[in-house]
Amino acid sequence: MSRVDVVVTGMGATTPLGGDVASTWDGLIAGRNGIRTNDADWVSRFELPSRLAAPLAVEPSEVLPRVQLRRLDRCEQVAIIAARQAWADAGFELPTGESQSVDPDRLGVAIGTGIGGPVTLLDQDDVLENQGLRKVSPLTVPMLMPNGPAAHVSIELMARAGVHSPASACASGAEGLATGWQMIQNGRADVVVAGGAEACIAPITVAGFAQSRTLSLRNDEPERASRPFDIHRDGFVLGEGAGVLVLEREDHARARGARIYGRLAGAGITSDAYHITGNHPEGIGQVNAITEAIRTAGISPEDVGHVNAHATSTVVGDIGEAVAIRRAIGDHVVLTAPKSSLGHLVGGAGAVESIVTLLSIYHGIIPATRNLENQDPKVGLDVVAGEPRKMEIVAAVNDSFGFGGHNVALAFTAA
Amino acid sequence: MANAKPTEEEILAGLAEIVEEVAGVESDEVTADKSFVDDLDIDSLSMVEIAVQAEDRFEVKIPDAELANLKTVGDAVNYVAKNV
Repeated sequence: MSRVDVVVTGMGATTPLGGDVASTWDGLIAGRNGIRTNDADWVSRFELPSRLAAPLAVEPSEVLPRVQLRRLDRCEQVAIIAARQAWADAGFELPTGESQSVDPDRLGVAIGTGIGGPVTLLDQDDVLENQGLRKVSPLTVPMLMPNGPAAHVSIELMARAGVHSPASACASGAEGLATGWQMIQNGRADVVVAGGAEACIAPITVAGFAQSRTLSLRNDEPERASRPFDIHRDGFVLGEGAGVLVLEREDHARARGARIYGRLAGAGITSDAYHITGNHPEGIGQVNAITEAIRTAGISPEDVGHVNAHATSTVVGDIGEAVAIRRAIGDHVVLTAPKSSLGHLVGGAGAVESIVTLLSIYHGIIPATRNLENQDPKVGLDVVAGEPRKMEIVAAVNDSFGFGGHNVALAFTAA
Repeated sequence: MANAKPTEEEILAGLAEIVEEVAGVESDEVTADKSFVDDLDIDSLSMVEIAVQAEDRFEVKIPDAELANLKTVGDAVNYVAKNV
């Protein structure tokens, strides 16, 4: 199969650092912190051990009209918000009647989520228990289904080339991008609106993650809680948000004179087949995913100057990833770990962090990893800390790994 | 409202409030001649929500078989007026 070049022409996001890409990027470069004390009443009611969260900086209710809000789960709301921004950023208009910016039959959507709409599910279960069937919302199923974010975006943008909603836990957003890349490679679409979304900061998810012993317990210092690669890291902080990118066949983008941020040049997807939450001790799946992303990009490991790491700030995970990066790429790469500022956006993480990766290439600057005060000696790599680093980057890799043993690596290159 | 039967005007005003709440249609757009689907762009899911809220507000039963026949706002007003 001949190679098709896929470029990124639009980006949108809503994150704990800002309600759009510009504010999120500026926050990262300024070293701002998106992590807060979670003061919801249920934290103390259930005596949850982790009292931290990275909530959205801008509430969806400030952006979306009331009726749309009540018809969408929060996870769908953030997907719609990010998708609209990305679409406008790419220079497209929302479809109106007979007028469409992109042929609907050549436009696809691939937006993943790790968990979907558990809050809707639980709320409506309460309604059923306490008020009976007739009070259960007819929107229950479309709000809780994990394909809801992608499906709503397809309706909004009139995308008929196919809708995909990968569910691979914390790798879902990256797998959304990989899926979009494949759709264009396979000739199924000229443009794919791709990414990931998550919004599940709720009693049951925090309790569940707490019981799997993966959350940071640094409750008294929220601004210092997420500290990937630091020797004193103790777990991740659950965040919420979405990232969406407009992927476009290069000749399609050039023909309309679109602004090109860079290329999504390659993608690798592998699985560990090892443990449902733990990563493989030798990181074979991670190494193979990174290697495949580089191979499909048509570049070599020496070309990769930067890795935007998955690095969630867990004791075991960060080291496993560092080992995999050294094996797959080498020890010359410069890393950063944006979850130190953003928290862990689960299904949104891979997409938001891909935007950060691409902007690092585009602007030639890598945001610093917050809270990296004493780097764990087992990391053995150059991780940007303290101040952002100016650096010309030809190619960069974004890693995303998820519960279930999902490994997704994406290779981005300059336009 | 439980004691006095509502007038058709009161039913229309009540329905308009429900339609605005559920579907975001301005209440002065909700007039007797309007079709829920064709004119007010209300889908089948929202119709279920509107019916449940109307049942509570006017203390009537609107079975699914009857709901399917309520094409216009006027149909709904007449149904409520007859069955309240």
